[in-house]
Amino acid sequence: MQIKSPNFKENARIALHNVELQEALGQFKYGFPVNRANAIKRLPEFDDLRDEARDLKNHIIENLDIYLEQFESKVIENGGHVHWCRTGDDANKAILDICKQVNAKTVTKGKSMVSEEINLNDYLEKNGVQPVETDLGEYILQLRDDHPSHIIAPAIHLNVNDVSETFHKHHKRPKTEDPQALMKEAREVLRKQFVSADVGITGANFLVAETGSSIIVTNEGNGDLTQTLPKTHIVITSIEKVVPTLEDMSLFLRLLARSATGQEFTVYNTLSTGPKREDDQDGPENFHVVLVDNGRSEMVGSEFQDMLRCIRCSSCMNHCPVYGAVGGHSYGWVYPGPMGSVLTPKMIGIDKAAHLPNASTSCGKCEEVCPVRIPLPKLMRHWREKEFEKHLTPKAVRFGIASWAFFAKRPAIYRWLSRGSAWFISTLAGKKGRLKKLPLAGGWTDWRDMPAPQGKTFMDQWKAKQKAGE
Amino acid sequence: MSRAEILGNIRQGLGRKEATAEQRSEALARIAAHKATIIPKRSQLDRKGQIELFREMASGAAAELIDLNELAELPSAVSTWLKNHDFKSLVSASDTCLNELDWSPLGDIQREQRIAQSGDVASLTTSMAGIAETGTLMLYSRPESPTTLNFLPDCHLVLLKESDIVGSYEDAWNLVRQNNPKQMPRTVNMITGPSRSADIGQKLQMGAHGPCILVIFILKDE
Repeated sequence: MQIKSPNFKENARIALHNVELQEALGQFKYGFPVNRANAIKRLPEFDDLRDEARDLKNHIIENLDIYLEQFESKVIENGGHVHWCRTGDDANKAILDICKQVNAKTVTKGKSMVSEEINLNDYLEKNGVQPVETDLGEYILQLRDDHPSHIIAPAIHLNVNDVSETFHKHHKRPKTEDPQALMKEAREVLRKQFVSADVGITGANFLVAETGSSIIVTNEGNGDLTQTLPKTHIVITSIEKVVPTLEDMSLFLRLLARSATGQEFTVYNTLSTGPKREDDQDGPENFHVVLVDNGRSEMVGSEFQDMLRCIRCSSCMNHCPVYGAVGGHSYGWVYPGPMGSVLTPKMIGIDKAAHLPNASTSCGKCEEVCPVRIPLPKLMRHWREKEFEKHLTPKAVRFGIASWAFFAKRPAIYRWLSRGSAWFISTLAGKKGRLKKLPLAGGWTDWRDMPAPQGKTFMDQWKAKQKAGE
Repeated sequence: MSRAEILGNIRQGLGRKEATAEQRSEALARIAAHKATIIPKRSQLDRKGQIELFREMASGAAAELIDLNELAELPSAVSTWLKNHDFKSLVSASDTCLNELDWSPLGDIQREQRIAQSGDVASLTTSMAGIAETGTLMLYSRPESPTTLNFLPDCHLVLLKESDIVGSYEDAWNLVRQNNPKQMPRTVNMITGPSRSADIGQKLQMGAHGPCILVIFILKDE
């Protein structure tokens, strides 16, 4: 996917004026967040599960090398193969090699954000292998030459009419705007692809060290057909997905469905372990796991280590006021929202992604809803510090921060200025107590009035109370 | 090359060159013990309570439930359901408990035992367990029960014995281990309701790629 993160501000401006996108986002906030809240009400242990999940993830990271080696040895014992890939290029090459070994012409794909991260589809196509996305949202996007705007609901930015136009154009069938009919149409078209594909590629929500299994979590069943029908099943996933046991995995599954869609449990949770057994009548003959690093191993021991706990539930973006206003495409790369604002700078560089950790009101909602309690606002602040250290911050901002620092270090002048500004603004505002325009604050006053400060400053009130002995 | 670099980076981040024998054996002992984490209290009920909870949760996930008092009732119950939906064929798993039944009530409905193919309208399988916590079925692949039966047909009919209903996922994993002591099966499926998607205009629709209808025949055998 082409990197558009440096244009975040322009992307956001366009998104705010896109009527259809705003309609979709308006609808979105009444979906996942409300369903999550209801699901949590039904599970009194939810917060205890979150604490346990945080601690377990920390334990896994502290023993990541051991659990990965154990997982690998179990996959091999089951007759599968593990490919360790330091970079996206390594992973693309490993997958193409497997495809070539089995003379693959077509590949069906379940939803995988790691495959988006490494541009797998483009790479396969350029090398003569046709990938077909089978997750309904991803399939719609592939037909439109579009990209996901959300990590679990990739086509959230499109409305029924968009899908109707797209299917009419590509399927050459009579146009319909009935969502049920549209889904049936995709089901019929993709049936042929599922059955005829040479290779099936899925992601993995977790890898189980105990058994050498991978698990996918889907509502549609596309991933299951993808990993059952072709002769070769490739799992593309990243190194932090490993968990020790089936019981540990169950803890994360309890949190994942509720945090993501607000379901009690996702419809299909499917564990794959090696190739089919000798007497099995169906299932793949070959099983490969492509383990992608792409910068993650460098996060171990760094200030961003907590991010490796992420289970990709999307709860942070579902509750983020910035994501809710500008949508996922504004972030300009694969991972949007708060988790993306922490991961993207690591993967594409802070020089290209500096806007993202700044695109936050620091309201803390993302941390509040995170099932593994990742301190996302703190991690975004770390990136802002790195941006400042590297002199990537615009001159005006640096000047602003330096000016503020000058006064903040001189409390007497700071207080005098605060008092003066408060008086000036409240005089300007007059009896109404609100301002329609204010120099340097157009970003606020273009959309809403600025309430003028009322009464004395905090420090003056504090002093007065101290004197009065309160 | 990549393997050494990735593991090297991780170890560098953890401030060690290699995991010590003690660290390794601790992690492996943790795996061997496979201790359960917090199990929600909602499923820690008596048998009757667990069966009720399974029914409530499975219905909540849009599965259709049909009661059987005896296993011998299954063929006629399946036949009635298929005829009501005007289906003329059934592809079935070949578990002994299914093979021993008299399938003549199916009449003209064609019954085959094979893997599923594109175009199959209905399949019948058994289920290793029903998990009360979320109304989830657990099935696993074996020669008698190929995985395609669970996903390709439009409708999936499943036989579940009440005696196979357990409280939590952890209970079900222990059953998988007991039934497959040497190696995990190729596929373990946890199924909670029929296939669905809200990818078109954020409107939830049943029947994306997996079965559009999930019917659970619950046999009262306790």
